[in-house]
Amino acid sequence: MAAIASEPVMTVEQTEASGPSLLRRIGSSFLLRRILRAVLTVYFVMTLIFFLVRLMPGDPVQVYINQQMTQYGYDYDTARNMAQSLFSIDASKPIYVQYFDYMKNLLQGNLGMSISSPGTSVVDIIASRIWWTIFSVGTALLISFTLGILLGMFMAYKRNTWIDSTLSALASITHSVPNYLIAILIITIFGVWLEWIPFVEMRGSVSSGVKTGFTWEFISDALYHAFLPIFVYVLTTVGGWMLTMKSSTVAALEEDFVTAARARGIPEWRVALFYVGRNAILPLFTSLVISIGFVMGGSLLMEPIFQYKGIGQMLFQSIQKRDYPVLQGIFLVITISVVVANLLADLLYSRVDPRIRAKG
Amino acid sequence: MVQGTVDIQELSGRSENVEAVIAAHKHGLIRTFVKRNKVGALGFAIFIAILLLAFIGPFFMPGKNPTVVANIYAKPSWDHPLGGDYMGKDVWYQIVHGGRTLLIVSGLAAFISTFIGVVLGAISAMFGGKVDAALLMISDIVMTVPTIVLLAVLAAYVRLDNPLLLALVLSVTAWPALLRAVRSQVLTLKEREYVEAARMLDLGTWHILFREVIPNMMSYIVINFVFAMTGAIYGQVILFFLGLVPLAGENWGLMINQAYTKGAIFFKDSLLYILAPIFMISLLQLSLVMISNAMEDVFNPRLREE
Repeated sequence: MAAIASEPVMTVEQTEASGPSLLRRIGSSFLLRRILRAVLTVYFVMTLIFFLVRLMPGDPVQVYINQQMTQYGYDYDTARNMAQSLFSIDASKPIYVQYFDYMKNLLQGNLGMSISSPGTSVVDIIASRIWWTIFSVGTALLISFTLGILLGMFMAYKRNTWIDSTLSALASITHSVPNYLIAILIITIFGVWLEWIPFVEMRGSVSSGVKTGFTWEFISDALYHAFLPIFVYVLTTVGGWMLTMKSSTVAALEEDFVTAARARGIPEWRVALFYVGRNAILPLFTSLVISIGFVMGGSLLMEPIFQYKGIGQMLFQSIQKRDYPVLQGIFLVITISVVVANLLADLLYSRVDPRIRAKG
Repeated sequence: MVQGTVDIQELSGRSENVEAVIAAHKHGLIRTFVKRNKVGALGFAIFIAILLLAFIGPFFMPGKNPTVVANIYAKPSWDHPLGGDYMGKDVWYQIVHGGRTLLIVSGLAAFISTFIGVVLGAISAMFGGKVDAALLMISDIVMTVPTIVLLAVLAAYVRLDNPLLLALVLSVTAWPALLRAVRSQVLTLKEREYVEAARMLDLGTWHILFREVIPNMMSYIVINFVFAMTGAIYGQVILFFLGLVPLAGENWGLMINQAYTKGAIFFKDSLLYILAPIFMISLLQLSLVMISNAMEDVFNPRLREE
């Protein structure tokens, strides 16, 4: 896959730091520059959210105030106070003061209160949902990665045979069809039409009455309910891993050290495992770390379809109800996880492949 | 979806590629690549068929699509080849009429993001220094923000009631990959003899950029346009599915939204109704992926395996 293959190129990009000496010092340190970029990204998203909330036509704060006044007959001051406590924004202050207050709140971990479920803080809502998503998408990611690596290597060894071309075609088809469409297809075809899957039973994250804990009952039940989201996620992402691993393995197979290893009479399975595999997997490793960051974003559409009670379904619901505080909280959490994963990937890659550090 | 950030390879020094590029100049991009790649040709044929259906089809099916209660989840018949939907409207009519706005908006979005990517990438490479560093930093930041979630959040705040606005929102995060690719490409092309010659003739930065450098990466830009279009379709259908776009008119994405929100996915008789838009969108995506992969194969042979 071209997209993944060029990833290292992106990390090698040079930024010629010119300017004051402090900037130059930051610019010359790989680690500091990456961290600066990560912080800037999070800051950018936080600012974006603020301006979306405050400056857009149809400003949600104003909309909320009007709604409270027309629907429930509150007077303007009461409605405004309610809006302020919800959004943690004091609408009477000048805009830059509001901005600083907002930033201060965020830095203290105060994401405000939910509009649609009053009395619940956004942090609590996110904390109650996030583990389900991490569990389901995380498991799926591991399965997909492992399967993709194995199949990709297999394809590379069998290249230019019918097995390879069939698998390649399958991989590109499943890879190009959006995952939420496949999810709906599976429900309609296997769940409703053919009745192979007890879909209604499998909805939700866990059956009612099952207690959370490290018991076999709980874990098997959780896996049972997570099966469909995991299956669809694996189905739609394994193609990408397969194709990347294949081209990466093909490239590694042509390296001189592989020929040399074979010439020395090292058994083929050892060559495959320690000479080809280890080198082929290197570029995919970064992608894996980056994908971990996208774990939460990837569940946005699948969870509502399968009624899986993770963060994606919460985001879906808060979009439907225009629950802005929850919306921005989830957006912020997802962004931070992506940013942190990217940072980790950069650092990890520079450790595994020192050329990157030297160049950029 | 991460869009292809293919670095274009050095164009010269690779005989097959030079051949392809020469052929492209002689016979045009599309003909060359249809000749050289069967999968690409198939993808191209499917894409043309979808275009015909979406843009010419409605002329053969004028009028309105009435709600007929008797046709709710109706079985396929001569009058209604794909049956009826949850409120008794003809599904085939919706398929014929539902592709146009989807295609227009995604084409527009792809155009905008390609334009931003090419212009900023070229500026970044031609001016260098602080401009370059700043643009790279911005593209880095935009690239990290999770696209789908950003789209969903943006659309929740902004009322996306016209196609241009929708296209703008869809292209907001789609340009950084192209910026980087164009930048690195312009950096290499900048050192070529003909560019140096143009510089000696004192033709000016903009002339060099638009008359000498960019025409030489046209095949690459076209590939990226196709990539951007798949991204825009993906994003657009998500927005429709989430109900973040005003639910008016006919649209495949809207059909999926309706099928899902009205519970049609739980009725056995509704199978065709749900399959139809999913099939069309998947087919469209697949044809675009086939086209872009084939184009890469033809114009960018270093990516070809073996």
